[in-house]
Amino acid sequence: MAGRNGTHRSVRSPAWKRYLLILGLVILVAGPPFLSSYWVGLLTQVLIFAILAMSLDVLLGYTGLPSLGHVGFFGVSAYTVAILSTAHQAGFWTCVVGGIVAGTLLSAAFGLLVSHVRNVYFLMITLALGMVLWGLSYRWIPVTGGDNGISGVPRLEAHAGLPLSGPIPFYYVTLLVFGACGLLMALIVSSPFGYTLRGIRENESRMRSLGFNTWLHCYLSYVIAGAFASVSGVVWAYYNGFVSPTYLELTAASEVFLMVTLGGPGTLVGPVLGAGTIVLLKNVISAYTQRWLLILGAIYIITILGAPKGLWNLGRVSPRS
Amino acid sequence: MIYLITQTLNGLFSAALLFLIASGLTLVFGVMRIVNIAHGSFYMLGVYVASTVIARTRSLLLGALAAVLVVGAAGFVVERVFLRRFAAEPLAQMMMTMGFALLFRDIAFVMWGGDPFTLPYPQALRGSVEVGEIVFPIYRLFVILVAAMVGLGLWLVNERTLVGARLRAAVDDPEMAAGTGTNVALLSGLVFGAGAGLAAFGGVMGGPILGGYPGMDFDLLPLAFVVVIIGGMGSLKGALIGSIVVGLIDNFGKALVPELSYFTLFAPMVIVLALRPTGLYGRA
Repeated sequence: MAGRNGTHRSVRSPAWKRYLLILGLVILVAGPPFLSSYWVGLLTQVLIFAILAMSLDVLLGYTGLPSLGHVGFFGVSAYTVAILSTAHQAGFWTCVVGGIVAGTLLSAAFGLLVSHVRNVYFLMITLALGMVLWGLSYRWIPVTGGDNGISGVPRLEAHAGLPLSGPIPFYYVTLLVFGACGLLMALIVSSPFGYTLRGIRENESRMRSLGFNTWLHCYLSYVIAGAFASVSGVVWAYYNGFVSPTYLELTAASEVFLMVTLGGPGTLVGPVLGAGTIVLLKNVISAYTQRWLLILGAIYIITILGAPKGLWNLGRVSPRS
Repeated sequence: MIYLITQTLNGLFSAALLFLIASGLTLVFGVMRIVNIAHGSFYMLGVYVASTVIARTRSLLLGALAAVLVVGAAGFVVERVFLRRFAAEPLAQMMMTMGFALLFRDIAFVMWGGDPFTLPYPQALRGSVEVGEIVFPIYRLFVILVAAMVGLGLWLVNERTLVGARLRAAVDDPEMAAGTGTNVALLSGLVFGAGAGLAAFGGVMGGPILGGYPGMDFDLLPLAFVVVIIGGMGSLKGALIGSIVVGLIDNFGKALVPELSYFTLFAPMVIVLALRPTGLYGRA
């Protein structure tokens, strides 16, 4: 299963990892003013998908529940923001709260359907649920605009009444959201609740006989992951100014899955690394060749063959070897 | 009433195609526990391979045969070379099939371009039958019949032959089956290849009506997954019942509430999941 060797065996992380982490943080905080607006935009995308990937990791890496429908909450919250801000002319906070609440409520409803299933069954059922949402966004044209999507989501800076505007202020707003979400998720996974989740991942029947309500823990983990995914969806709607069914497709769902697997499930840094790698590669490679899908397919296969535990876990020795 | 009967027949046609695709998916799942994302790609490749062969030889039969053999062989190779080494690691296998789904999609785009096309109708099966006031295309009836025969054939192989017995043994207990002399690895490869071939066959059968186009690989895949979830993962009987349920609901849904099609599939899936989490005929 994913992330067998989680961070709970926390021998001090090797020095190169700490330096890499510090370097990464410095770039994220101090870099943008020195970069062109194209690269600032890309970094903003990286951060948004990093939130999404981290939220999936709470489920996949820490709880051991592989969800293929996770982008659904991201999408529903982005659509909610788009619909509220265009068709209903709602204010900034209504849109933000509306998006997060819509995504979270949906995950609370879906959670009831999936929290008792495990492994491959979980994979397949979340995939089907995700596709139902995609179908809805694609065909419920009066509300979602179908294939054309919804355009005209106001700029975040104007909508929120910020005195500044442009890619750099937007970037720092995203960085703030990213920091807050990352911190919250780090607190959650290192809390007793988070350790119970890891226990369920490793051996659910043992956790149940120890008296834990494993269903409830899985359910809560699902809803928490859904809530953070909704946050990233809100930021995405404002970043893109436009929502369409593209981000609810199966390819998008598994791309987030790849970000987590490539980066390293069971760590929160890994998904950020994975999101960065995929978003940057996608944009850079797409500029040179039309064959991005071919390369992405190859990345999947190479990842599974070469780094099945993810990049961030590369140096770590598995307990069984 | 006429409307109702026509729509039911249309629904059964969708069900027939779905069964061809979902039966392979559910067999593969039963033996290997693989969530095969590339299954839709095999369905797509079937149509494309058939179109090339038909264009060269003008023979529909050869086209269908080539599609099943080529795609089946591709499935066999993918299983033996890339999936077998990750036996008992469902996530790694799922990601692997996802990678292949993307590869196949792009390769098909490079080789065959992005223009949609349909396969020609067989000469003998053009036109419609008329019973009273009901008019129904012969070809659709033919597809329903073919799917029923494939279903019967699969059932006979599974229940009445030695290969089927070994297959059932491998589903129940792979280690024990291996211990009694069944080559489970080879069997898995063959089942995966057969599943791919079945999906390709489904693509060819639907070819004159649905045709081939970029993106078709992920079009029917979710429906096939819903069929397998409703019917029970790994159950052939479940795939049959599931196909009929999904085919009918999807068809009536599209006709009655077009903007909510896909969503109409949600209800039966939820009901089944709530009452029987393993599906109608699935085993835990």
